[in-house]
Amino acid sequence: MSPDPAAHHHPALAHHFADLEQQKEAAALGMWLFLVTEVLFFGGLFTVYSVYRSWYPEAFAAASHEMVVWAGTTNTVVLITSSLTMALAVRAAQVGERRVVMWFLAATMLLGLAFLGIKAFEYYTEFAEHHVPGPGFAFEPAYARHAQIFFSLYFVMTGLHALHMLIGLGLMAVMFHWVWRGTITREYSSPIEISGLYWHFVDIVWIFLFPLLYLIGRHAH
Amino acid sequence: MASSLLLPPRHYLNDGYGIKSWLLTRDHKRIALLYLAAVTFFFFVGGAMAVVIRLELATPVGDLVSDETYNKLFTMHGVMMVFFFLIPAIPSVLGNFLVPIMIGAKDLAFPKLNLASWYIYIVGGLFTLYALVTGGVDTGWTFYTPFSTVSSTTNVIPTALGIFITGFSSILTGLNFIVTIHRMRAPGMTWFRMPLFLWSTYATSLINVLGTPVIAITVLLVAAERVFHFGFFDPKVGGDPVLFQHLFWFYSHPAVYIMVLPAMGVISELVAAFCRKQVYGYSFVAFASIAIAVLGFLVWGHHMFVAGESVYAAMVFSILSFLVAVPSAVKVFNWTATMYKGAISWQTPMLYAIGFIGLFTIGGLTGLFLAAIGVDVHVTDTYFIVAHFHYIMVGGTIMGYLGGLHYWWPKISGRLYNEWLAKIAAAIIFVGFNLTFFPQFIVGYLGMPRRYHAYPPEFQLLNVLSSAGASILGVGYLIPMVYLMWSLRYGRVAGSNPFGASGLEWTTTSPPPTENFSEIPTVTEDAYTYPVRVEGHVA
Amino acid sequence: MWSGTPLFPQQASTMAARVDNLYFFLLAVSVFFSLLIAGLIVFYAVRYRRRSPHAIGTNIHGGLWLEVTWSIIPLLISMVIFVWGASVFFAMSSPPEETLNIYVVGKQWMWKFQHLDGQREINELHVPVGRSVKLIMTSEDVIHDVFVPAFRVKADVLPGRYTHLWFQATTPGRYHLFCAEYCGTRHSGMTGEVVVMEPTEYQAWLSGGSGEGSLASAGEKLFQDLACNTCHRPDAQGRGPVLQGLFGKTQVLLSGESVVVDEAYVRESILNPGARITAGFQPIMPAFQGLVSEEQLLQLIEYVKSLQTQPQGLSK
Repeated sequence: MSPDPAAHHHPALAHHFADLEQQKEAAALGMWLFLVTEVLFFGGLFTVYSVYRSWYPEAFAAASHEMVVWAGTTNTVVLITSSLTMALAVRAAQVGERRVVMWFLAATMLLGLAFLGIKAFEYYTEFAEHHVPGPGFAFEPAYARHAQIFFSLYFVMTGLHALHMLIGLGLMAVMFHWVWRGTITREYSSPIEISGLYWHFVDIVWIFLFPLLYLIGRHAH
Repeated sequence: MASSLLLPPRHYLNDGYGIKSWLLTRDHKRIALLYLAAVTFFFFVGGAMAVVIRLELATPVGDLVSDETYNKLFTMHGVMMVFFFLIPAIPSVLGNFLVPIMIGAKDLAFPKLNLASWYIYIVGGLFTLYALVTGGVDTGWTFYTPFSTVSSTTNVIPTALGIFITGFSSILTGLNFIVTIHRMRAPGMTWFRMPLFLWSTYATSLINVLGTPVIAITVLLVAAERVFHFGFFDPKVGGDPVLFQHLFWFYSHPAVYIMVLPAMGVISELVAAFCRKQVYGYSFVAFASIAIAVLGFLVWGHHMFVAGESVYAAMVFSILSFLVAVPSAVKVFNWTATMYKGAISWQTPMLYAIGFIGLFTIGGLTGLFLAAIGVDVHVTDTYFIVAHFHYIMVGGTIMGYLGGLHYWWPKISGRLYNEWLAKIAAAIIFVGFNLTFFPQFIVGYLGMPRRYHAYPPEFQLLNVLSSAGASILGVGYLIPMVYLMWSLRYGRVAGSNPFGASGLEWTTTSPPPTENFSEIPTVTEDAYTYPVRVEGHVA
Repeated sequence: MWSGTPLFPQQASTMAARVDNLYFFLLAVSVFFSLLIAGLIVFYAVRYRRRSPHAIGTNIHGGLWLEVTWSIIPLLISMVIFVWGASVFFAMSSPPEETLNIYVVGKQWMWKFQHLDGQREINELHVPVGRSVKLIMTSEDVIHDVFVPAFRVKADVLPGRYTHLWFQATTPGRYHLFCAEYCGTRHSGMTGEVVVMEPTEYQAWLSGGSGEGSLASAGEKLFQDLACNTCHRPDAQGRGPVLQGLFGKTQVLLSGESVVVDEAYVRESILNPGARITAGFQPIMPAFQGLVSEEQLLQLIEYVKSLQTQPQGLSK
């Protein structure tokens, strides 16, 4: 471990770590492991999705055709852009550009909010068209039963994704506060880095959700 | 001699006395004690239900409680024992206390997260207790759909939420252990110098991290189906209830290893310490833990041999299940071989270790009956299964837990318990356990289905034996409660190494200081090196 | 009260002895290893007990060959058990060609049996000795499970699909029938008896039935009541596929895939016809989900099956 005496006295160094390097490595490994659990969490949903899509391909295609594709596409662009601003925020934090970090974090949060706004509009549309599963569900009779499974999966998958976005936004707000307060410095930028990992992960989940939910009906109709 | 020993002036137990110093602590040792209190509570709640279940089954007709109540009792017994006792017991109590000390660290990598895990566990437990006191739940701990989603009228949602929330406690504890073992080892503590308890804790943590999210999403889908009438498993919309079983067992079979692997780790420590020699075939025992964790993820389908899965899927799951038997057998053989030419002490922890090896052998061998599909068809969903998994869970996990608790109790509390009472309790538990569960193998092969409130009269004799055994077992569990509590105040001072055992935890004071060691140790030897070169009292 | 406590279940089917043989082998393996381990542990514990407080054990690091040996031996034994167990299971899941079919509907908390000749029974199942019987089973609500310990057979009964179980009883008598999958409040009351009779007695029992007519004829009546016959006509002029001779054949679907017409497909085509349309037809058939009961479905299926043997089934 590095014997740098300055690191030992860094205010961000917790008592049980030998140095900042060890602390940073532990935090990064912890976040990667957490993301592994997230992969398995969404993995369960993707398994359910795969099983039912292979059983009921026509119903899934028909149901997917009802998605608001322009909204999904816009949201995909919004999220990819937010990943870019996030990456730039991390970079700025590593080189110690405090104001730049705050700008990019703000941009990331704004894009995240835009995503949630568009998502809320979509939910409203689906609610109005009686595509929410349950007693009020309405769909072409030939596909009505199995389309319910599609929409159930749609709401749970996108709902959990949106919940992760909300948590991400909260995380970003904390990071913004920490940068503003001066906790985050060039020597101690790992909180932003690991928050960035989380943000990118949530984006990647959407990159899978978008084609699986919005685009499978395209070629069939 | 012992009477001249004094507790160290400064240790983690006298580092603050207020309630806040406990509820806001970040010290892994205090958090371990918080878990100890909580899991003990849930153990006795779950145990009380078992007592009523066994009383009901003493007669063939349903006379003590109604069928509805009976169903709630076995459901809550399973939920409490599995999710709130067996899964957290060894990792969260002994693991929390020992992982940092055994690798020579001051604490776990994420102490705040560790405390948060305890609160998450408590919140999950409160949800489940809420479900219990407001009427209970009757789905069985397995929550099979469509019964749990469309048929049951009981408190499925709060219970499912309780399990969902508690799952995060397991995930975060597992994550904390993995990062700690990777990043926090003391200088010289290489992977192959680690005590075997850490290998098994590491393997357990891997399962927790990889498996628990799947049960989390599964119970969430059940809740969504129940509350919002979403369709995932309901045949009415084309859903498949067997898909639920696949998702459920993808976690819940590995969960069996979450429960028993830490106990295996404890047994490795006990056998080494009380034979005063290295564990025979250290690396085989270490890798057997990892092999069990990995293979454990590939065998879930053996819970569905009669549930309508294809013949070929059944065969694949069957052969994989047999493969898990091999590393388990390797462990048993290695523990036995460790005793060869040992200096074997018959102190209480060793009695538990011996009990574990015997009972785990029976539990493991009866597992072969279940992996053999032709026999499984007959015995699955009968008392044979009940007996089998209680041999693993109670005969294995609880024996390991109690053995470990007795072994490290002087380290945790700084004091010695009454050895004679402890030996008597261990013997009572062993006899009571076998009397309770061995007859269930027989009554199971006769065909008595599990989860039956009433049963044909010809099964009564075996059930009476089982109920009688349960009452002995219950007394056996109460005795350690008494003498361990008593020892906290009146026990003789233990000294830093009362068993003359090897391991970093025995090089620090009993109880250890808050930062575990006066200075971070440097490790120069393999685990279980004897003679121990550290000064200290030898009992 | 204590007399008449059996320690081993009766063997009353052709499968029972096969299962028990493997069970005894497993028992022998288990007893051997349990005694070996227990014996060694107790022997070592006594032989190598600690004689002085500071004694330490002799250090032995381990031996590769011993490790390999005690890995390979359990592996080989378990592979023998695997093959044996799989072959027993294969026999359990492969009913012979000629079986006496009986339909089973499970519901909370009773068993309903329908014999092809029309007899219906609840919680009691009469079968002849020496004949292979196949149960075709479904559930009206949650998952149940048919378990006859004396026959060593068990299979889950699922809502929304058909599962099968077969056995051949060898000894006349009355045997327990249990629901083995937890199904709610009165799960332990969802029991019954299998009555195994000599073939002649069985025939007598069958003819003493209620005289409701066969299952297929009940299905035929339902077929007309539901006006299925206006579209599914025997002369290929109808708007629906001809059903005569259809059961068991392979049908080409609108999607280009093909499907074997079995109980599950007929069931799906009645409840949710849009799911898999036969090539050359329009998806115009109304869905009967919720309109016909599980028992009526079985009657309809049996009627469609009966159209095999009597192509003129409609002109009665």
